[in-house]
Amino acid sequence: MLSLPLLLQETHAAYEPILPAWILLLPLIGAAVNGVGAFNWRGNKLIPSVVGPAAVIGAFAIVVGNFLAMQAAAPHDPAIVSLWTWMAAGDLRVGVDLQFDQLSMLMMLVVTGVSSVIHVYSIGYMREDPGYSRYFAYLNLFVFFMLVLVLGANFAITFVGWEGVGLCSYLLIGFWYENREFASAGKKAFIVNRIGDFGFLVAMFLVFVHFGTLGYESVFAAAPTTRAYGGVVVTAITLFLFLGCTGKSAQIPLYVWLPDAMAGPTPVSALIHAATMVTAGVYLVARSSVLFAMAPVSQAVVAAIGAGTALLAATIATQQYDIKKVLAYSTVSQLGYMFVAVGIGAYTAGIFHLRTHAFFKALLFLGSGAVIHAMHHAYHEVHSHEDPNDMRNQGGLKRFMPITFATMWIGTLAISGIFPLAGFFSKDEIIWYTGAYGYGILWGIALLAALLTAGYMTRLLVMTFHGENRTGADAEPHLHEVPAVMWIPLAILALLSIVGGWVNIPDALPGLPAVHALHDWLHPVFEPARGILEAHGLHDAHSSPIGGGEAMWAGISTVAAAVVILLTFRALVRRTWEPAADSAEPTGLAGVLYNKWYVDELYDRVIVRPLLALWRGCWRIVDAGLIDGSINGLAAGTRAVGWIGSLFQTGRVATYMFYFVTGVLVILATFLL
Amino acid sequence: MNLDIENASLILSALLFAVGTAGVLVRRNAIIVFMCVELMLNAVNLSLVVFSRSLGLEAQVLVFFVMAVAAAEAAVGLAIIIAIFRHYEGVDVDRFNLLRW
Repeated sequence: MLSLPLLLQETHAAYEPILPAWILLLPLIGAAVNGVGAFNWRGNKLIPSVVGPAAVIGAFAIVVGNFLAMQAAAPHDPAIVSLWTWMAAGDLRVGVDLQFDQLSMLMMLVVTGVSSVIHVYSIGYMREDPGYSRYFAYLNLFVFFMLVLVLGANFAITFVGWEGVGLCSYLLIGFWYENREFASAGKKAFIVNRIGDFGFLVAMFLVFVHFGTLGYESVFAAAPTTRAYGGVVVTAITLFLFLGCTGKSAQIPLYVWLPDAMAGPTPVSALIHAATMVTAGVYLVARSSVLFAMAPVSQAVVAAIGAGTALLAATIATQQYDIKKVLAYSTVSQLGYMFVAVGIGAYTAGIFHLRTHAFFKALLFLGSGAVIHAMHHAYHEVHSHEDPNDMRNQGGLKRFMPITFATMWIGTLAISGIFPLAGFFSKDEIIWYTGAYGYGILWGIALLAALLTAGYMTRLLVMTFHGENRTGADAEPHLHEVPAVMWIPLAILALLSIVGGWVNIPDALPGLPAVHALHDWLHPVFEPARGILEAHGLHDAHSSPIGGGEAMWAGISTVAAAVVILLTFRALVRRTWEPAADSAEPTGLAGVLYNKWYVDELYDRVIVRPLLALWRGCWRIVDAGLIDGSINGLAAGTRAVGWIGSLFQTGRVATYMFYFVTGVLVILATFLL
Repeated sequence: MNLDIENASLILSALLFAVGTAGVLVRRNAIIVFMCVELMLNAVNLSLVVFSRSLGLEAQVLVFFVMAVAAAEAAVGLAIIIAIFRHYEGVDVDRFNLLRW
């Protein structure tokens, strides 16, 4: 659908969004029905199986209709649908406004499209789970909030979606909340995201203070004319916005929650923690591209953090044994690439990679889910308590799961940037522009991380599917391919991972037709930002920092990735691993990487423990000492005064009579004397 | 001091009131305490009658009110005393400390 070239029409019919509210309402209704079902018909699997996927597929259908209408009309300006006024106070007026432009349309297609596939897959994956209806309620709710996020026409509505997806992420990470560790992972994600949300909020306040409105269109129209290029205001706003992005999109220093988020069900990892929610930060930077283009400092920060994250996460991924952890760090790394792209001003390349990554990373996660499903089932049959996620317990699965095996290889080749799969076009575009725009160091880092990507993904494939099976002699006969409801989504995503890159083929590649479909599609959205950048010295050098053209480097990187894949494959395929239970902790550099550079431990020492000590001090001295002391003292004083007063209450009528007469006499004396 | 009928009656009234008050304060038998209360009321009645000579008949009207209230009070009070007697087999007011905290 996306790969259709733009139909250039002479007559620009006005674009009117079709059923705009229903795009949001369908997933919300699905969430409500399944939420009611979670309480009232828990055992019923039919209703969630129909309502959950149908709500999202319905939304997808409306989005496709809108896409076709927008493609026909090719509007230059966004279409804003105002539903109602949310709040009006003083100068502030925030409406529930939805923005239909090329960027939000693309995001909606990705979100609802990938969600549809993953909802269908979930029918098979979650079939035996007692929380089946609850699961679909959360998943539908997530799609609703994600659509609110991408459709918001002002910062406030986007923030509602931003918080909502965070909530759903928390609920789904801790989906199996009986497991204390999983519940803690949910809390970690929530708390780390709070730090980022603080940045988003501050940015929003700054926008309102300096522009008097929160609407995207008016802010982005006013910014270039009323604010100085590189000024303090835009720099502060964009840096705070980016703080929000580092939380949601798992970048340094707030990436630590994403690997732990793998505690949730695997389709959730595929949907929320790979394809959609974590890309919200990239989307936000792209959405605010005008502001970022005006703040060169922020741009440098975004690109540098992105490159650093891409490399750091890639190194960690090389030594993880949990199949989902490898993919999680891979996701962090790929998100780093997207931030490099939007940081240097290659917005289309960033969104392009966001899109292709959504396809192949969802594919890889769902593939790993199929592996875990099979492993779990086999271990369940023999009542073993081994870890089904640990790749040291897998191996040789290609005999049992040929379809999963084939689709996972497609995903791996796509993410490694092998021609002509999706990742080749999107990732090479990012790496190329990094060099061509003159960021030599980032270019080198990006190339290195790309090679690491090829390495760790091949390691994952070899450990999972090749070599000897290490599941154990008794569990091995129970391994089997997943049912059709799970492998058909894999096949769809595999197809998209192959063709998904063919919407943007650079001119430079010989023998290929130059396609600019995505570039042309997004052109109206990024035009203002590109104009600012080009006015301030951004230029395409059409050569890498050390010479050579785009075609040459695209060839070099794909060949290098292929070589890395081959070398890794040859080095690892004959190697034998002990099953996880018999393995010793890795040592040396491998140990450091296995322990993720000890970042979690560092945060624990530097932030968590001092804070805990501080709060413990506050509790002991301020709370227990001052506050409880003063309250308890007041109570004790009241009790003492009351005891003295009670001495006068003898309960004898004569005593009271005596007081009464004494009182009368005193009053009389006062009046008479 | 000019001891005409009015002054004499007022002094008698004050004495009766003082006797009643003292009785309420010092006696323990509930019946006696009750009678002392009546004594105080009647002391007041007496002084009202005296004042009516100079101030008009309204004061005598008030006396009837006091007598009516005293009658009602006597009915209720005696009923309470009977109830107390049945419960405690005695009417010593020092033993009625149920109102005590």
